[in-house]
Amino acid sequence: MATDRDPIVAAHGVSFRYAGSDANALESVDLAIARGEFLAFVGQNGAGKTTLAKLFNGLLTPTTGDVVVDGSSTHKVGIDFLSKIVGYCYQNPDHQIFSNTVREEVAFGLKHHGVPAAAAAESVTEALRLVGLEHQADRYPFLLGRGERQKLAVASILALGPPVLVIDEPTTGLDLGGTRSIMRLLRQLNESGRTVIIITHDMNVVAEYAPRTVVISKGRVIRDGSTRDVLTNEAALREAFLRPPQITRVALRLHERCGFPAGILTVDEFLTAYRSRAANTTTRAAARPASRGQG
Amino acid sequence: MASEPSAGDVIAVEGLTFRYPVGKEDVLAGIDLRVRNGEFLGITGSSGAGKSTLCLCLRGLIPHSLGGQMKGAVTVAGRRTTEVSPAQLGESVGLVFQDPEAQIIGLSVEEDLAFGPENYAWPRDRIRERIREVLAMVRLEGLETRETYSLSGGQKQRVAIAAALMMLPQVLILDEPTSELDPIGKEEVFATIRRLKEERDITIVMVEHAVEQLAQFADRIIVMDKGHIVAEDPPRALFRNVELFHHLDGERVPQVAEVLFALERDGLLQPDQFTPLEDEAVRVLAAGLEGRHGY
Repeated sequence: MATDRDPIVAAHGVSFRYAGSDANALESVDLAIARGEFLAFVGQNGAGKTTLAKLFNGLLTPTTGDVVVDGSSTHKVGIDFLSKIVGYCYQNPDHQIFSNTVREEVAFGLKHHGVPAAAAAESVTEALRLVGLEHQADRYPFLLGRGERQKLAVASILALGPPVLVIDEPTTGLDLGGTRSIMRLLRQLNESGRTVIIITHDMNVVAEYAPRTVVISKGRVIRDGSTRDVLTNEAALREAFLRPPQITRVALRLHERCGFPAGILTVDEFLTAYRSRAANTTTRAAARPASRGQG
Repeated sequence: MASEPSAGDVIAVEGLTFRYPVGKEDVLAGIDLRVRNGEFLGITGSSGAGKSTLCLCLRGLIPHSLGGQMKGAVTVAGRRTTEVSPAQLGESVGLVFQDPEAQIIGLSVEEDLAFGPENYAWPRDRIRERIREVLAMVRLEGLETRETYSLSGGQKQRVAIAAALMMLPQVLILDEPTSELDPIGKEEVFATIRRLKEERDITIVMVEHAVEQLAQFADRIIVMDKGHIVAEDPPRALFRNVELFHHLDGERVPQVAEVLFALERDGLLQPDQFTPLEDEAVRVLAAGLEGRHGY
């Protein structure tokens, strides 16, 4: 049996081809995700990120190779088993919302899995509490704001209690407040032990929240490592049609010009590094007044 | 907050309020706005601020195609929107939405682009010639017969822009055209828009959260909140108001603006060194580290 030290999700030499297509959507993917990780899949539209995520919960099975979830090959176990381990939240939350109240929406999956009514009601309440929608339980889902509908989609997945959450484009269409709110929720769910995988284009979100980043380009994993290493490799990102956050780019250019630290991911990190450098510069400049005012 | 009326204005909005049929409050609560011919106006702000509703008003879909109560006057390209049909207005005003999938109708690129002009009964040769022209404008030359589903996200959105350009509009309105695109797709769309403005003198109104690009390309930006315009300035002045953005919480400033503003408060940079533009910010920051002031 699987132990806690085994990856919760692993891909071994996975290739996948959609029926009727003459090219592989995924090619020789090897990946191991440990319990409790928070990672981001990034890549161009159509790179294969969503296809890979759908292989994790059995919506798709590999054409060649093997995906192992909590010790079981997805070739051997069904989607009913896998959906209790890997919860998958679609890109557009509106595509998965169809009930008349928030409560019914969250209860749907539990009912489908045959959970008794009393236990289901408890799970629903708990899931709504976790995402902060407990006071909206009787509302019509489409009267919620876009950010709240995204949280509702997360709650519907959470109710089944999966240890792994895959959230496809959690921040698309959200403003800054909505983005912070959903990302803080995902961070909190991760800190309480869940494995969180986000699929996103938003490099600022990746820089701030995901410690590990997997770059997918044309069906292949072309980079997999700490977000700091991945996002500061501008050339490799460009190959995948991506760019680092603005502040990371600025730090890289200052690194080339005057040796500023290159591995900067956020505005706060930048300010800390700049202030400490500027303090040294001021001291040196004060010792050599003639050097001021040039340039 | 509106600038003074002038003969060169292609858009004039006066005292515009709008409430949706089921709504309890005004989504637009007294908008006054003027846009000069050939100007690139950026619109930003939190969800629910009324940005998309304003776009629908400028395109005449409000009040004609959507119910609700509209007050005030909207004049675009010399026509009062209440006095002409959306079809008539469509000859001078194009609208591009967020989701490229939702607005592409044709199976092939040329079929998609021909759809609008066919409805206006253009002769076939003129349509064919115009297709060649607009594909050159969005840098998709020679893709007439490509199947639309096989295009990348950035290419699809450029086809949507090309479709809006078919009718030779004076005004092009874009509602979050890059939010579903990867970073390189975003760049492609912004480069296209900038060229249209510079080479064709088309007036651009663009709702966007990509503030770093808006800072670079927009002539003027308005910030909306709860149906009002709460700030209106060229990017350099607007993004200096970092505190306003912190207060609104719906939108951020470019990361370099955040950094320069903080360093100015520290006394490490001078107020006249502030810039929301990445290249200028790198020069200012490098000069600061090298113990020089200014460039």
